[in-house]
Amino acid sequence: MNVMTETVKFENVTFAYDRSPVLENVTFSVAAGEFFGLIGPNAAGKSTLLKLVLGLLDPQRGQVQVLGSLPRLARQRIGYVPQFPTFTRNFPISVLHMVLLGRLGMGRTAGPFNAEDRALAGKALRAVEIESLGNTPIGELSGGQLQRALIARALVCEPELLILDEPTANIDVRAEEDIFALLRGYSAHMTIIVVSHDIAFISGYVDRVGCLNRTLVCHATGEISGRTIEELYGAPVRRILHAH
Amino acid sequence: MEFFQALADFRFMQYALAACLLASIGCGTIGAYVVIKRIGFVAGGIAHTVLAGLGIAYYFGAAPLHGAIIAALVAAVLIGWIKLRWRQEEDVLIAATWSVGMAVGILFIARTPGYAVDLTSYLFGNILLVTQTDLVLMAVLDALIISFVVLFHRQFLATAFDEEFARLRGVNVEFFYIFLLCIVALTVVLLIQIVGLILVMALLVLPAAAAAQFVTSVTRMMLLAAGLSAVVTSLGLGVSFVTDLPSGATMVVAAGILYSAALAARRILRPNF
Repeated sequence: MNVMTETVKFENVTFAYDRSPVLENVTFSVAAGEFFGLIGPNAAGKSTLLKLVLGLLDPQRGQVQVLGSLPRLARQRIGYVPQFPTFTRNFPISVLHMVLLGRLGMGRTAGPFNAEDRALAGKALRAVEIESLGNTPIGELSGGQLQRALIARALVCEPELLILDEPTANIDVRAEEDIFALLRGYSAHMTIIVVSHDIAFISGYVDRVGCLNRTLVCHATGEISGRTIEELYGAPVRRILHAH
Repeated sequence: MEFFQALADFRFMQYALAACLLASIGCGTIGAYVVIKRIGFVAGGIAHTVLAGLGIAYYFGAAPLHGAIIAALVAAVLIGWIKLRWRQEEDVLIAATWSVGMAVGILFIARTPGYAVDLTSYLFGNILLVTQTDLVLMAVLDALIISFVVLFHRQFLATAFDEEFARLRGVNVEFFYIFLLCIVALTVVLLIQIVGLILVMALLVLPAAAAAQFVTSVTRMMLLAAGLSAVVTSLGLGVSFVTDLPSGATMVVAAGILYSAALAARRILRPNF
């Protein structure tokens, strides 16, 4: 496997906020075009791992490479959907304008958004099937609609890598299925990393699963058994894996 | 009627009204950022620290407003830096800058030779003393403020809305925060002429907060806030002239009434929002 086909590459990465490491000796890579699921119990280091990929944190030991360069330098080629909206819902902004802000960092620094930005924002809204909500204030969206808008904001910079942190944590099961079906469609054009705590659910959609609990073990989705889950969570999990 | 007659007859009333309108442009535009970024008290800190600049300028016989501009910019950078560097003790450090800035100003004014300087016109504004030179300076400040907003609205909006996401899109969040505070500083100087440094906070926050009850975009919030502050300041000027009350305080009370009315109106129009 040469460097160009690896979108994300971790080599012996260790990270600690204070003394005890949150991530220890993590080595894995995600190939270009892969739909990669990252699972693990609460406090397993999933969000920390994403922050390393985004270059918001630097590892104490080991190396992280994203799109062939340092994470910090690759940032603008990454689309990111956070676990919790990091903004207040009553902020006076429409869905279209929120999505447009995803165009920052592309093109000129000064001046307003141009026609190309607007065209791409429209396209992103169509892609997540909420084009009719462009002028709606974000405060009036349902949980599922907001999640789609956040995905549109991540897609509008035409990223090579799309990262989603628990994209379906705050929405109902039907909306969850819709969103994963949507992502399945995109995975033809880009690399996708999605974090979830729900292994049974995501294994039906992703190509490969990384099980994280301080260290990381990868499985092709076909290999996942009840035993894997037990090892990871340290206790039997009630939900049963569906067949592939 | 009395007010309109005075407006037609007296040059100083025309200047006062022009000053209200010029101040409203900057105040509405930047007030919107202050409200959405929730930096009302940071703006207050900058405003009060300006007294240091006024005092020092008096002492050295320089133009007080130039001193005000420099002090406001220094305070903006200082407070911005404090906030980024020591997030934990932010309130204490802003309180310190705020009060020490005022104290320095008072000491310099006390030692200024000659007649005792009348502080009240800077603390509470004296719109009837606005000169043609002041108006030119205000127009220049407005032009600067508006051009910065036109150029960098996207970055200011992104940092105010979602700082983490802005950073991931390559926006230098720290730089644009301090830059915004510097523009707030220029706006503060613009408003000191009108209501004085103690009441600046009210004009920066209240019209924009009132506008926020009715709009769903920051650009519209700016336009509406500028309009509302033009109404409030002109109305305040008129009422204070007719009733012979202090103009700055009258305007601020008018702004307070407007804000309460806006809150009440939204409750009635959109009870579930």
